[in-house]
Amino acid sequence: MDSTKLKQEIQERRAQMQSAPKEGVAGQHNMEELRKLQPRYRGLEAGHRACQGCGEALAARLVTEAAGPDVILTNATGCLEVFTTPWPQSAWRLPWIHSLFENSAAVASGVEAALKAQGRSTKVIAQGGDGGTFDIGFQALSGMLERQHNILYVCYDNEAYMNTGIQRSGSTPHAAMTTTSPPGKERMGKRHMKKDLLSIIAAHHIPYAASASVAYPADIRRKVRRAVSIEGPTFLLIHSPCPLGWGIESDISIEVARLAVQTGLFPIIELERGELTGVMPIRNPRPVTDYLKLQNRFKHLFTDDPRARKEREHVQALADHNIEIYQLRGEGVDALDTDGADTVRRGGVVD
Amino acid sequence: MIEIRIHGRGGQGNVVAAYVLAGAAFEEGKRCQAFPNFGAERRGAPVVAFVRISEKPILRRCQVEAPGFLLIQDESLLHIPSVMEGLKEKGGILVNSLKSSEELTKEYGRPMVALAGSQMAAEIVGKPLANVALLSAFLTLTGLLPLEALKKALSKRFRGEVLEKNLKLIDEVGAQVAAGLWKKEAKHVACA
Amino acid sequence: MLHALEGSQAIAQAVALCRPAVVAAYPITPQTHIVENISKLVADGKLKCEFVSVESEFSAASVVLGSAATGARSYTASSSQGILLMAEVLFDIAGMRLPMVLTCANRAISAPINIWNDHQDAMTVRDSGWIQLYCADNQEAIDTTIQAFRISERTELPVMVCVDGFVLTHTLEVVDMPNAEQVDSYLPPFTFKNKLDPKHPLSLGTLVGPEYYTEARYSLHRALEKALPEIESADADWAKICGRASGGLLTVDGPESASVGVLAMGSVVSTLTEANEILPGKKRVRLMKLRAFRPFPAEALRQACAGLKELIVLERAFSPGCGGILGTEVRAALAGMAKPPAVRNFAVGLGGRDIPLGTLSKLLDAAKAQGNEGFSILDVEPERLPPEDR
Repeated sequence: MDSTKLKQEIQERRAQMQSAPKEGVAGQHNMEELRKLQPRYRGLEAGHRACQGCGEALAARLVTEAAGPDVILTNATGCLEVFTTPWPQSAWRLPWIHSLFENSAAVASGVEAALKAQGRSTKVIAQGGDGGTFDIGFQALSGMLERQHNILYVCYDNEAYMNTGIQRSGSTPHAAMTTTSPPGKERMGKRHMKKDLLSIIAAHHIPYAASASVAYPADIRRKVRRAVSIEGPTFLLIHSPCPLGWGIESDISIEVARLAVQTGLFPIIELERGELTGVMPIRNPRPVTDYLKLQNRFKHLFTDDPRARKEREHVQALADHNIEIYQLRGEGVDALDTDGADTVRRGGVVD
Repeated sequence: MIEIRIHGRGGQGNVVAAYVLAGAAFEEGKRCQAFPNFGAERRGAPVVAFVRISEKPILRRCQVEAPGFLLIQDESLLHIPSVMEGLKEKGGILVNSLKSSEELTKEYGRPMVALAGSQMAAEIVGKPLANVALLSAFLTLTGLLPLEALKKALSKRFRGEVLEKNLKLIDEVGAQVAAGLWKKEAKHVACA
Repeated sequence: MLHALEGSQAIAQAVALCRPAVVAAYPITPQTHIVENISKLVADGKLKCEFVSVESEFSAASVVLGSAATGARSYTASSSQGILLMAEVLFDIAGMRLPMVLTCANRAISAPINIWNDHQDAMTVRDSGWIQLYCADNQEAIDTTIQAFRISERTELPVMVCVDGFVLTHTLEVVDMPNAEQVDSYLPPFTFKNKLDPKHPLSLGTLVGPEYYTEARYSLHRALEKALPEIESADADWAKICGRASGGLLTVDGPESASVGVLAMGSVVSTLTEANEILPGKKRVRLMKLRAFRPFPAEALRQACAGLKELIVLERAFSPGCGGILGTEVRAALAGMAKPPAVRNFAVGLGGRDIPLGTLSKLLDAAKAQGNEGFSILDVEPERLPPEDR
């Protein structure tokens, strides 16, 4: 699949939606009015300086919408901090603090400790990118989880250090090209695997941890609402495409994110006390090449180089493995937005 | 001001001994200072602690170079050459040992007072730690502070049965050693 | 009330009297006894606060950064490598103008690893924007801790209370512990106007570009300069309550007629005071205890040096490849005097080397041999050096 074909698909789907019979409220109003009828709390206001198609900006908006107004946010250094708060402006409508790259979880721990001391019930949400979560901020995160702080930690995972210009992180997938994992005579992009962060988080046996994708906004909202309702540490990993870093056009970033899920490369799962309790099933797994081909960061996997085929097979094997271990296979077609309804419960105690 | 150096091994309660002795001086309204020769020593390694007792506020914070008295928690420490270093000419040495004072004096060529501190502590307290016994003996020998002050200081650190047994140990040691034997020495070694 | 207390225990009790809402710490020798004592006070219900036992000094500093920003009175303590690991956060705390108090149990820096006392840790973060106050004894450590909270909250600057590791932290001595009424009458509850609060959402720690960065840093500089009178009044006001002063910015001791001065920071001043008293009358020096290292009280120092022919700066750290840190700053400050004294500069007592009473006489002799721009380590033992460095 190339991006022209994908865009065609998107157009067709939109047309289908618009020609569908309109009933009830939706039938009497246009989209603008519909929005007014469904006011949502906006923690992150429009007018920030994110790139077009930024997955992180969308994810942060969805998270703060779902969490509501009684929240204090902490933020690791990274794109989100830079594009939302160029002094003297700020796009945040919530109390928000940025300190350093590696201490979002620790600053959040301090905020939470203070709230506890003051007898306040405000929820704390710590935010970081994959660099600030998988790598440099990992120790602080582990400490926060171990100490059982009442905090939701959200990692916006765009799979590289995008803020500093696309360098590989512990989250960068195998074979991806970044400026510090370039392909060449001796290399086929990143040599190492994407760190299995959720398994490490799970090993802390926290009440709730989940992955999500910006391609499924209602799923994000549901997971955020669930996480903030829990007293204790919770964790949410949100796959958030970076058009610049991934080498994709801005208007297909959501579709690319969806393909990461549909191929099995980014499994959407839920874990309670370390046990797998929910997955978003994949009805018709797509070949990983559908996902890889759209992105410049995997361009070198589509050359005549014999290593390219091998790497494609390797990536396919990783996806197949995910589908296998998380039992992602489901029936029927994929919904555009599962709204959480597609998550298959596999037990668990938290609801 | 009287300066005292306590030698022991890690785990023998050397620092506690220094703190309790200083605490006893405080109970008598005196100024005091106690500190370990801070090290990274583990159990069994030789350690040193210092005590200063004075009528006036104590300003110096250096280690005790010329002690008036040495309290030695373990006879084996006498083999370390630096243990005797700097001791004032008329200074006294009190050693926890099963040997007699005469035997020790002969063996090491300096006057020493021996106390079977570990043995007495084992019998009375149930643990062979000589520190409290040595303090009781030291105060009895010098008359520097009443044993009541030592008991008061100890009761700020310990409670219950441990305290009761240690108070008994203080009395029994006090009754055994020669009261006032070092009274003169205590005057001689005092510094301004 | 008088007590015979170990320094760390005394500091912990002083912290508890200040009613911190959040304490976060990571253990490091020789700071450990302070946080152990605070933990015990919390466990016994004598101190009501959130005690966060973190996984590193980096997180300790980050936790108090977060708690202070949420309007909670916050405290932490560290030493040596811990201070260096915190360094990035320390700069951030000061830059964000967050009030809090940190006790630095001063200790040497690796390599070689050494757990004993000198001032290299605190001196290395001198440019962080923290107020730094040095204590000569454990009474000052108690009183300065209490004053530090007031100074910090009035100036919206963090305060580092520097106490010599082991020499103060592990020394039992007689101290006068103030009571809760005294401290409560001196230190009002903490209110912080820039706190994180959903009712008045603020963005703290935003990205500041070249358009405003200079001004933000200048404001921090001004805030530290403006803290000078706060440090003095905090000491004077506390003295009104408990009858003791800790030395404001700096204090001068010894005969007025002395033509030679000696300036030092921390517990060595205590030893030097006794050494000065036992010197023959003519040889006695004007002994200066510098209590505030940041902000640097240049004007007060110039006044204290009036009439001196020679000033010997004795410090417990240095900048390799340059020389004395304190000495260099004193030279710069005194250059503005009409008749500045010649400044001699020595480091002493690095990595816990004992500083005996005889140090003062030795110092006075060594100063004669040193040129005006010189720096030497007073107690270096040539025979312990490799041959090429002798």
